[in-house]
Amino acid sequence: MHELAVAQALVEQVEAVIDQHAASHDQDASSSDAWQASLIRVRIGPLAGVVPELLASAFPLAAAGSRMEHAELEFAHAPIQVRCQTCGAETEAAMNRLICGACGDWHTQVVSGDELLLESVELETSPSLTPES
Amino acid sequence: MCDTCGCNLTPGNKHLAFKPVAKGATAVSVLKGLLAKNDDQAAHNREHFDRRGILAINLMSSPGSGKTALLEATLTTLKNEFTCAVIEGDLETENDAERIRAKGVQAHQIVTGTACHLDAHLVHDALHHMNLDGVDLLVIENVGNLVCPASFDLGQHLNVTLLSVTEGDDKPAKYPVMFRAADAMLLTKTDLLAVLDDFDPDKAEAHLRNLANPAPVMRLSARKELGMDAWYAWLREQLAAQRARVALGQSRRPAIQSDGQKYHSTTVC
Ligand SMILES: Nc1nc2c(ncn2[C@@H]2O[C@H](COP(=O)(O)OP(=O)(O)OP(=O)(O)O)[C@@H](O)[C@H]2O)c(=O)[nH]1
Ligand SMILES: [Mg+2]
Ligand SMILES: [Zn+2]
Ligand SMILES: [Zn+2]
Ligand SMILES: [Zn+2]
Ligand SMILES: [Zn+2]
Repeated sequence: MHELAVAQALVEQVEAVIDQHAASHDQDASSSDAWQASLIRVRIGPLAGVVPELLASAFPLAAAGSRMEHAELEFAHAPIQVRCQTCGAETEAAMNRLICGACGDWHTQVVSGDELLLESVELETSPSLTPES
Repeated sequence: MCDTCGCNLTPGNKHLAFKPVAKGATAVSVLKGLLAKNDDQAAHNREHFDRRGILAINLMSSPGSGKTALLEATLTTLKNEFTCAVIEGDLETENDAERIRAKGVQAHQIVTGTACHLDAHLVHDALHHMNLDGVDLLVIENVGNLVCPASFDLGQHLNVTLLSVTEGDDKPAKYPVMFRAADAMLLTKTDLLAVLDDFDPDKAEAHLRNLANPAPVMRLSARKELGMDAWYAWLREQLAAQRARVALGQSRRPAIQSDGQKYHSTTVC
C-alpha cells in the first residue's frame, strides 16, 4: 500500500516545518529538539488516491521516534466540486460521476476534491519543559 | 519573511489555517502538496526528457492487462522509425525487461521489492543507468496496479492506461483516480471479445466520460495485431507534438495534474 510512502512523505514535511519553525524562533539551534508537533492537519480529497483511514494507520509507523509521534492526525473535509465548461455551474459530484449537476454534461473540471495537502501543523515545546496539566 | 508563522496567509487560503490553538502551542500554516518532494523530482525528470527531446509515457494497468505484450508489438513496428527505450517496474523479476531486450530495444528493470508503484526517485535512478542519447520515446511500464501508481508523478508527459476485456467494462467507475488520469485508454485483448459476452466497449468508454475524461479510447489486440494502426498513429502524433513543444521550449504534464496545479495553487509568499 502506497499510504506508507505518503505517510513517510508527510513525516519528512512536518520535520522540515519543525526545523524551520525552531530556527526562526530560537537563535540556539541545538534547542530545536524542544519543539514537537501536537496536531497535523491534512486535506485529502476523495480523488487524491489516498485513503485517509489507511494513511491514519500507516502514520504511527512512519512517525515512530520522531518529533510527531504523539501528534494527532486530523483530516479536513474535502468534497468533490466540478465546474461545467458548458453551462458554467459549480456543483457537487460523486467520485465516479464527475458530470455537471445542472445540465448533465461531462465536460467539467474538478475544482476541489483531488487535494493532497499538508494544511497546518500545531507545535508545542516538549512536555519535559512544559508542566503537564 | 518567515513562512512558518502564518504570515504566508492570503485571503484565498486564510479560512484553511484559521483555527483556535491550545495555550502554549503555535499553529503553523503550510498548505503544501503532501507529495511535494516526489513532484519536485518528477519536474526534474521532465526537464531531463525535454532537454533531450524525449517523449515519456507512463503505461499503467492491472497486472496482466497486456502492457508488455503491447510494448513488444509496438517496438517491433516502431523501433526502426524512432529510437526507443523502456523502463520496466515490477515487484520481482527481470522478465519484462528481458522481453523488451529480445526486441533489440534498451530496457532497464526496476525491481521495487515491496513497493506497489514507481515513484519519481526510482525513475531518476533508472535514468542514470541508461543511455538516453538520441532516444525519442521512453516508455515507463509501471507496476501492475490500478490504485497506487496514479498518485505518483514520474515526470512523464502522458499517461496511457490499459483495460483488458477480461477485466470488466466497469473498471473506470471502480478505479476513478486511475482512469481520470489517462491521456489515452486502450481496451486490450479485443481478440477475446468474441468469447466474452459481458464486456461492452461502449460502456467502458461511457464510464470514462463520466470521469470528465475526453481521452481517446482505442480498441486493440497486440496478440492478433488488431486495431494497432490507430495506436501507432496516436503515438506518432504525440511524438511530433513533443518535438514541436521542445522547439518552443514548452513542456506538458498529464492533463489532470496541470488542472490540479491551476485550481489549488499552493504557492506561499
Ligand atoms: N488473447 C490475448 N492475450 C494477450 C494479449 N496481450 C497480452 N496477452 C496475454 O496476457 C498475459 C499478460 O500479458 P503481459 O503483456 O505480460 O501483461 P502485463 O500487463 O505486462 O503484466 P504485468 O507486467 O505482470 O502487470 C500474457 O499471457 C499475454 O500473452 C492479447 O492481445 N490477446
Ligand atoms: Mg509487464
Ligand atoms: Zn499500494
Ligand atoms: Zn453544466
Ligand atoms: Zn513569520
Ligand atoms: Zn537528474
